[in-house]
Amino acid sequence: MRVKDRASERSSDLASQFMLRKAEREGIETAWDRLEKQQPQCGFGQLGICCRNCNMGPCRIDPFGEGPTKGVCGATADIMVARNLLRMIAAGAAAHSDHGRDLAHTFLLVAEGKGNGYEIKDQDKMMALAAEYGIETQGRTKEEIALDLAKAIYAEFGKQEGPIQFTRRAPEKRVELWQKLGVDPRGIDREIVECMHRTHIGVDNDYTNLILHGIRTSISDGWGGSMIATDLSDVLFGTPEPVKAVANLGVLKEDEVNIVVHGHEPTLSEMIVAAASDPELVELAKKHGAEGINVVGMCCTGNEILMRHGIPIAGNFLQQELAIITGAVEAIVVDIQCIMPSLPDVAACFHTKVISTSPKAKFPGATHIEFEEARGYEIAKEIVKTAVDNFPNRSAAKVSIPDVKAECIVGFSLEAILKALGGSLDPLIEAIKSGAIKGIAGVVGCNNPKVKQDYNHVNLVKELIKNDILVVNGGCNAIACAKAGLMTLEAAEQAGEGLKGVCKKLGIPPVLHMGSCVDNSRILMALAAMAKALGVDIPDLPVAGAAPEWMSEKAVSIGTYFISSGVFTVLGTVPPVLGSANVTKLLTEGAEDVVGGKFAVETDPFKAAQLMIDHIMAKRRALGI
Amino acid sequence: MMKEIFVLLERCLGCRSCELACAVEHSRTRSLFTAIYEKPVPRKRLYVEPREGTELPLALPLTCRHCEDAPCIAACVPGAMYRTPEGTVTNVGGPQECIGCAWCNMVCPFGVIGLGQDVDGKVIAIKCDLCPDRDIPACVEACPTKALVYMEADEFVKQKLRPKAAAAISEAMVRREDIGADLARKGGYESR
Repeated sequence: MRVKDRASERSSDLASQFMLRKAEREGIETAWDRLEKQQPQCGFGQLGICCRNCNMGPCRIDPFGEGPTKGVCGATADIMVARNLLRMIAAGAAAHSDHGRDLAHTFLLVAEGKGNGYEIKDQDKMMALAAEYGIETQGRTKEEIALDLAKAIYAEFGKQEGPIQFTRRAPEKRVELWQKLGVDPRGIDREIVECMHRTHIGVDNDYTNLILHGIRTSISDGWGGSMIATDLSDVLFGTPEPVKAVANLGVLKEDEVNIVVHGHEPTLSEMIVAAASDPELVELAKKHGAEGINVVGMCCTGNEILMRHGIPIAGNFLQQELAIITGAVEAIVVDIQCIMPSLPDVAACFHTKVISTSPKAKFPGATHIEFEEARGYEIAKEIVKTAVDNFPNRSAAKVSIPDVKAECIVGFSLEAILKALGGSLDPLIEAIKSGAIKGIAGVVGCNNPKVKQDYNHVNLVKELIKNDILVVNGGCNAIACAKAGLMTLEAAEQAGEGLKGVCKKLGIPPVLHMGSCVDNSRILMALAAMAKALGVDIPDLPVAGAAPEWMSEKAVSIGTYFISSGVFTVLGTVPPVLGSANVTKLLTEGAEDVVGGKFAVETDPFKAAQLMIDHIMAKRRALGI
Repeated sequence: MMKEIFVLLERCLGCRSCELACAVEHSRTRSLFTAIYEKPVPRKRLYVEPREGTELPLALPLTCRHCEDAPCIAACVPGAMYRTPEGTVTNVGGPQECIGCAWCNMVCPFGVIGLGQDVDGKVIAIKCDLCPDRDIPACVEACPTKALVYMEADEFVKQKLRPKAAAAISEAMVRREDIGADLARKGGYESR
């Protein structure tokens, strides 16, 4: 009797398949199982026509028209969908911007001399930022400059009137458009507060007005909170340069203490990496019988240490439970965002400790060791020690690490790309003009068990490079591509002749890892640089974006700031907006006339690639190239 | 004996997921995201009636009972309403065409027959057909609390009703209390 192999239907990643089979054998529930149990998911929710914003509700709208067409307050489907969407943007922007705030706070501590383990690694970038903020540098010490800069950036979060400095990195025409539309952000926190206000019962009931504010809020994220996070992370931890690394669960080591860092803020992961090389702790590990301490990353914090130090990355979002299921993880250290609350339940089947570190993110069943930047290194050592001391508790019989991993070259900050191009964008622009490279695609976003894991990510990217489109990526998509071997020099063989030639000449892979999800701001800066070089606005560029397996509210904010910046963006999972034909039309058609960018929804990665290719070719024709 | 749709009344939360799923199942494209844009608008065939108060059940799902002595078959002048060999009462695929006169609407004691356009635009009686293209009716599959079940009547009362009644009576006997009051208080249903 042939038993249906669910593992190969759930993921296209061989390491995940291996672990899913182990999970099934051992009766351990994963996100995939829980998605099945949730079926069928609520249709009202899927369509976005359920509202719980006040206690006159909860209200539903009947999409077939026989039941209620308005909520108790009179809200129509248009209003409900728009309000729900705005709250998703707010939540996503809040997550990114709070991350930026934490980085700003750490930078402030360093500037005040209370760094304790943190320091300014990229002096040049700091001085460039100071110049941007108009801070006097003549005859002043770098400490004085740093302090003024830290205060100026910290102030971006609480200000009432704009502009947010980094929004001025966008092309002039773009900023003028935003000002004309009334979507030039005033302050990072202010926009999010206004989202919550506007969606309160009886405030904003015009779906276009709501979405315009959503656009403003997303800009305060992409060109605000996220960009601050990226730039300050570069200042504190170094601007990424190309580095070789390895990706997938096979990076876990049978004979070493394995520590997985998961979450988002490099303020934690950088300290864990540093603490793990502390000679005392390595000695302790050896005393316990381990060969050493193996720190590996997961999700965005994994991307941060991958980009800057080549620290191996064990997997993307859907693999967090699977890493624990290998039985080889002494501790999974988490901070904020994208961490499944199921981790302690999975860890309970093994010796693995789930260590939470943020006062904002607690998980029942986890061990909480609160991380304060002011005592960063100390606390990191305590965390690493906890993991090392856990090594003797590992049960060899339960260990099974899939021998699946892939090499990759990562670390393509905008600065690194410019260096690879010889110092200016000209070679890239020439290649685009000549048609060797048809255009550039930014592919980002999460995993979602509604999609066979990594199937959309990898197939979309493969189709794009086959058609001579250079891919820049980040987040879980970048991890997927790294695992699939698309980030090696040899991967150029899978590209079309034009792109292959350029990659070989420059010595770069056809898919350039630009970083974590806040590092999507690097893509924005790249777009701004290209637009300026060509003397056009971003919508004129032969570029397109995609989030093929998105799930988080952060992705909604990211998608919105991309279309607000003028980029055609294809979504691979259906957003909860179809309950309103008007909102759907605005997002997929009207937005282009307003902000120069729009969404398309296409769950098939091959069709999605075609949409992006067609768009890029049309932009080329319009540019006359 | 044919399987029918039964309701575990105390489980209904009134979410109307069954109504949504029924309409989607009886659309042309059979997918939620496209069904909502179809013309004619797909129609549900079961009705979740609200109930007073905040005690469970919050609502009562009314479904076609595929009656043995069906008033809708008796009242159907053109002879379109009939019983299939499996036992389903339906006006689709029968000996005559439905003319949409709505007499069946009028005589159904449960009020669960409607009038509307089928997928080809013809106005006919709209009623439950027990989803002939599915193993389990769409409404049953869609119910998040499993209030709707698809079983033979004998199985339903044996599995779902008798054990609870027997347990309640047995407990009352042990406690020497008024059996009737006990059953009435608990409603003879499973406790929350």
